[in-house]
Amino acid sequence: MEKVIVPEPHVPLPSGKTDRSLLQWMASVDHKQLGIMYLLTALLFFIAGGIEILLIRIQLITPDNTFLGPDLYNQLFTMHGTTMIFLVLMPTLIGLGVYLVPLMIGANEMAFPRLNAFSLWMTLLGGLILYFSFLDGGGAPAAGWFSYAPLSSSHYSSTKGVDYYCIGLILTGIGSVTAALNLVVTILTLRIPGMDFRRLPVFVWMMFITAFLILAAFPVLNAGLVMLLIDRQLNAHFFSPASGGSAILWQHLFWAFGHPEVYILALPPFGIISEVIPVFSRQPIFGYRFLIGSGIAIALLAFGVWMHHMFAVGLGNPINGFFAAGSMLIGIPTGIKVFNWILTMRGGSIRFTTAMLFAASFIVEFTIGGLSGISFALVPLDWQLTDTYYVVAHIHYVFLGGTLYAVFAGLFYWFPKITGRKLSERLGRIFFWLFFLGFNLTFMLQHVLGILGMPRRVYTYPDLPYFGLLNLLSTVGAFLMAASIGLFFWNILTSLRKGERAGDDPWNAWTLEWASSSPPALKNFDKVPPVRSLRPLWDLKHPENPDWKNEKSKQTRNEK
Amino acid sequence: MKNKHPNPLGADRADRLAVASQQYVPIRRELPERARRQYELLIKFFVASESFFFMALIISYLYYRGVNQMIDMTDQVLNAQSTGMFTALLVLSSGTLWWGRHHLERQKPVRLAWGLAATIALGAVFLYGQGLEYAHLLRENVTVDRNIFGSAFFTLTGFHALHVFVGLILLSIVLILTLLGDFTGPRSAAVAATELYWHFVDVVWLIVFTVVYLI
Repeated sequence: MEKVIVPEPHVPLPSGKTDRSLLQWMASVDHKQLGIMYLLTALLFFIAGGIEILLIRIQLITPDNTFLGPDLYNQLFTMHGTTMIFLVLMPTLIGLGVYLVPLMIGANEMAFPRLNAFSLWMTLLGGLILYFSFLDGGGAPAAGWFSYAPLSSSHYSSTKGVDYYCIGLILTGIGSVTAALNLVVTILTLRIPGMDFRRLPVFVWMMFITAFLILAAFPVLNAGLVMLLIDRQLNAHFFSPASGGSAILWQHLFWAFGHPEVYILALPPFGIISEVIPVFSRQPIFGYRFLIGSGIAIALLAFGVWMHHMFAVGLGNPINGFFAAGSMLIGIPTGIKVFNWILTMRGGSIRFTTAMLFAASFIVEFTIGGLSGISFALVPLDWQLTDTYYVVAHIHYVFLGGTLYAVFAGLFYWFPKITGRKLSERLGRIFFWLFFLGFNLTFMLQHVLGILGMPRRVYTYPDLPYFGLLNLLSTVGAFLMAASIGLFFWNILTSLRKGERAGDDPWNAWTLEWASSSPPALKNFDKVPPVRSLRPLWDLKHPENPDWKNEKSKQTRNEK
Repeated sequence: MKNKHPNPLGADRADRLAVASQQYVPIRRELPERARRQYELLIKFFVASESFFFMALIISYLYYRGVNQMIDMTDQVLNAQSTGMFTALLVLSSGTLWWGRHHLERQKPVRLAWGLAATIALGAVFLYGQGLEYAHLLRENVTVDRNIFGSAFFTLTGFHALHVFVGLILLSIVLILTLLGDFTGPRSAAVAATELYWHFVDVVWLIVFTVVYLI
């Protein structure tokens, strides 16, 4: 096979070793540096959120434990949820998008480089303000990551925690919206000739759809947060039923944002998986159009199902029935995607690299999370299981088994592109199995705990049959995961210094980012391979059997 | 608009990469035209995103309308006639801005400047009208913390006023740049973006006015 040779870069990205480097990073408007800084921001908060959950799991290790006490426990689970969703998963996915989208569409930069920097710093600032609440006398917010009114009103949360929550999330929300604006305009205007929407990599497509979801969902959250803040600071009455307000309205506003947010955190992972699986199966993606179409369908449906978070509120059977049906509909496009990935692997020659291990197990774990989600769409079952550990298990199967697995797959896949060196496969495999074991041990058992009736958000529990044992095993699983994450950090640190040199295209992949050097030069490309199909690098490497020849009959029909 | 201050990042830093294959094609750069399109797309999607923010506030306002004190208050303390007059001025300001941009297309920047100045004046008068109304309400002891009407009314109209204020700043910047000779036509991303934003603020007010004062 002809190997595409692109020489090592003459000018490497600024590293911590050069003088002026810190200033250079802080003043940077380069999408690659900003993408890396997004990932580092996420890493910082990931460690914070991880420490929080380990403390929580220690508290829950035995019945009637008094390790943390109720106040601190409430602060920790609130901060854990808020951190992981807004300050870890969002920056990770946006960071990957900011890093990869211009490379994948053959552009030099994002459409608005300075706006890009603004988005990053707003996100980081919001996170720091949120964490500053720990230093304020009253402590961090303690009303849950959803901040349900009236619990979050000044009557029941009299410390300043919720105020920090509002301000911090408004700022990260503004950061997310501006990043989404930037991604949309970039994808619309900076694609190289030939890369029309039928040839866009699936990851770019998913970031595109996600950006629209962000544009529509985050302003709704911000409106709610502003109202909550006005309630708390100016004694307004939005969410206090005693004086004409409505506590239910907060839930509507929050979940009108919160449900699309689930798909904001799920669609980019679908994109990552759709990049990783074909390359390591040596097969083109199966059913490209169905993947894209189902992504759009999910995005549209995402706005019509928020009330399934509120079945237990008592809004009446017609409303519950409508939203139950809507929620179950989402299973269809998601199922289509799962079959697409499985059929992509079918008959391929699969290389089980760490990235592929994570991608393949993503399908299993995410499907479990999806199925437990469907079980919540059944109203009676929801009434039984809501606010139990079954919900905790479900959300973690979606966000860890789904999003985080895909992020790990993506990091192992793109790390060589970002740094020029491969992560150690040996350590990676140990990391995968440890994480896989710890994850399933922790959360599979929580399904059972929830069915047994253990409520979530309680700081301790009585010594009921199996509660102690299941919680103990769950905590052991959490520490296994923590150990595996430690191993992952060790892998990154050692690989950065003496990892195997990757070259430009270590996985023999097909999308445009692999045509640039590793790490890419300041302006990414000057010239790029012509794009005449979904797999431009395949066409380049296989002039005797390019994709566009096989698709020619189809394409000429479309171009007429 | 001619790109007077080329972004250093947009400039060619050519030949960083030696290119392996003759098949590679150079990246096309049509910067000024593409930049204009990008700015116009940016403002469109920004306005779309903002509309979700106002939608949430307006729906919340409607959500509280069933409350008794709300209906009583709107009847008692709001003066739909005088606010309607100021509303008409705001609608007129959209017209003057359109008139100015229309003449930019015919490459008459002086008329654009007049249009902008008229728009700023009308927008400022509108804000003044809202200030009068706020003063009146405060004298009647209607405040954010009095009841749900005060909370909802001041939040919704206050955020709109904030957007009008931002719009006035934008218009002033565009006016100064017009007087400095930056915009000679026929098209300008800055003028187009400001115009779109201003029309958006106007349309939002029409909805707010209908929801708060009329129904």
